[in-house]
Amino acid sequence: MSVAIKVESLSKKYIIQHEKKSAHYETLSDSFIQSGKKFINGISHPFSRSKSEEQAQEEFWALKDINFEIMQGDKVGIIGRNGAGKSTLLKILSRITDPTSGKIHINGRIASLLEVGTGFHPELTGRENIYLNGAILGMGRKEIKAKFDEIVDFAEVEKFLDTPVKRYSSGMYVRLAFAVAAHLDPEILIVDEVLAVGDMQFQKKCLGKMEEVSNQGRTVLFVSHNMAMISNLCKKGVMLNAGQLEFQGQISEAILHYYQQQNEQSARVGKLFESDNAVLIRGELIGLSAASDISIHDELIVRMLYKIKKSIAGKCVPNFHFSTSSGTTVFVSSAEGVTKMSPGQYVADCKIPGHLLNEGAYFVGLALTTYLDSGSFEVEFFDQNALTFNVIDPMDERSNRYGYAGIVPGVVRPKLVWNIHQDIK
Amino acid sequence: MTKQHQFQFTIEAGKSERHYWMDLWRYRELFYILAWRDVAVRYKQTVIGLLWAIIRPLLTMVIFVIVFGKIAKLPSEGVPYPIYVFSAMLPWTFFSSAFADASNSLISNANLISKVYFPRLIIPAASVMVAMVDFIISFVILLILMAWYQYWPSWNLLALPLFLILGFFAALGSGLFVASLNVKYRDFRYVVPFIVQLGLYISPVGFSSSVVPEQYQSFYYLNPMVAVIDGFRWVISGGSTAFNSTELNISVIVVSIICVIGVLQFRRMEKTFADVI
Repeated sequence: MSVAIKVESLSKKYIIQHEKKSAHYETLSDSFIQSGKKFINGISHPFSRSKSEEQAQEEFWALKDINFEIMQGDKVGIIGRNGAGKSTLLKILSRITDPTSGKIHINGRIASLLEVGTGFHPELTGRENIYLNGAILGMGRKEIKAKFDEIVDFAEVEKFLDTPVKRYSSGMYVRLAFAVAAHLDPEILIVDEVLAVGDMQFQKKCLGKMEEVSNQGRTVLFVSHNMAMISNLCKKGVMLNAGQLEFQGQISEAILHYYQQQNEQSARVGKLFESDNAVLIRGELIGLSAASDISIHDELIVRMLYKIKKSIAGKCVPNFHFSTSSGTTVFVSSAEGVTKMSPGQYVADCKIPGHLLNEGAYFVGLALTTYLDSGSFEVEFFDQNALTFNVIDPMDERSNRYGYAGIVPGVVRPKLVWNIHQDIK
Repeated sequence: MTKQHQFQFTIEAGKSERHYWMDLWRYRELFYILAWRDVAVRYKQTVIGLLWAIIRPLLTMVIFVIVFGKIAKLPSEGVPYPIYVFSAMLPWTFFSSAFADASNSLISNANLISKVYFPRLIIPAASVMVAMVDFIISFVILLILMAWYQYWPSWNLLALPLFLILGFFAALGSGLFVASLNVKYRDFRYVVPFIVQLGLYISPVGFSSSVVPEQYQSFYYLNPMVAVIDGFRWVISGGSTAFNSTELNISVIVVSIICVIGVLQFRRMEKTFADVI
């Protein structure tokens, strides 16, 4: 496999002008006034540099010294919080804006989809807009002609082909726009958060199309805030944080980093999970090898420290909720044999055996539920993404891989009892 | 899959020059389609559609004939006054609308610029094509007008494309310059109509350039449209109106300078368009 995109110490700087927050552009009069001020300042204080000028302009590094490589055929999810630099990165890769420093080598025809329906003109008909939008996205007229019926079919707008798109419903508009984009034929496809359009059925269709595209051996770069969608579509991930590359590797790990960072920065810190009866003190993971990694062979202990504040009529049962990075619940486990507890501090340990969860990132939700004798129950607290860990496969002989180094599908990967014998009849 | 090796390239800070002109050629279909879009959109949802392209110059001509021909009684060098005015109106209308369209083209296509890559030069160039289509329609009217007055053209007509090209580059060059500044300084939105209005009076549309006092003539020729308009009139009238090689030479030089400055300025600012628009 050869390299499709190679990014070398890429940086992008924006100059923020504090005086004109409302508009990007300036007017000449502003410039005149500014230079007038400078001039007057220059006369009255000939040896001091004008202070207002320094304060008015501030450098902002949207991207700082980014390095990564993307192989041909990789599906890469680019994740990060708002303002992390994802869009700037895509804009530079799409050549819309120039980097301030650094290099990018691109090997292959590149098409980018930063918005659906770029250049759609409301006065033009659906048919005309297909040609217009296609050309804007880099398709030749012959190419569009060849795919025209397919596009119309996909968008389901046959009846309205000769109606100006300003009369389209918003759904039709978006479907047509996506249909054109979906039939692009580049070797490298860059997609910004554009799949979240249309109704559920159409979204499914779009996702299907995206998968189809990515299964044809194309390189796909995909930005989204929808982690479930990203982990479905992408195998690899790049995580940006405040303009810097924080992580590059498997998508599940990238998502894990993303959530960890979010947990750190969100209001969760200092937030108390408590009720009148009980309070969560903290959760711990015991058995992690490094950072948040745990070998697939090793057992992991999930520990919850909590306090029961007063005597309760029911049984307080700790329960842990395990889910994948894409949000699918793997299982929920409740403590067994719990009896009524007196007030005090408790520790609940739950042992997760090795060879249960497959490789990837997981989240643990910590909860305490009171079951009353009457049969009703009450949730005392539930910290949904309290803990995260990442199961890795050391790829040794116990991994049962026979030399295979790829991804083993599935959420769980239990070691089961096999029995093979020669069938003698 | 063997094709992809043609598409190796490098994005480097401040180094997009190398493949720019090649890209311009690669994106020629986008140029056609944007030009077609601008023409198509212009007359959509208008009741009389393309007739507007005929009515506007025709009405202006009637007013000029009345004001300058009948009231001010300016000389028309032996040519029927309507033809005299119309043959000058043609290049002037072409220039003014091409210049105005090109100047505003980047702003009106801001969404394209911030979302898709292509050589930005395509946008103003395509917008000039609308003026070109209008010009062709008006030219047909001129031919009808000439037939009406039984005024037959001479072989001079063959030189017409030359003056059209000169006018084209005058409009594109100055349009590029203003368009790129317009992205950053929106003041130019107000400057453009003013230039166009003023230009009509300082160009020899309603009168002959020979009415300008001799000592000011070479200064007057610095307006590149003087030679284009005089040239058009000379072509249509079959050589009976004033036209000399000095004004042509000055005009060609001025237009070349405008074009070079326009392109340089445009290319210099182009990289920041997406960031400031």
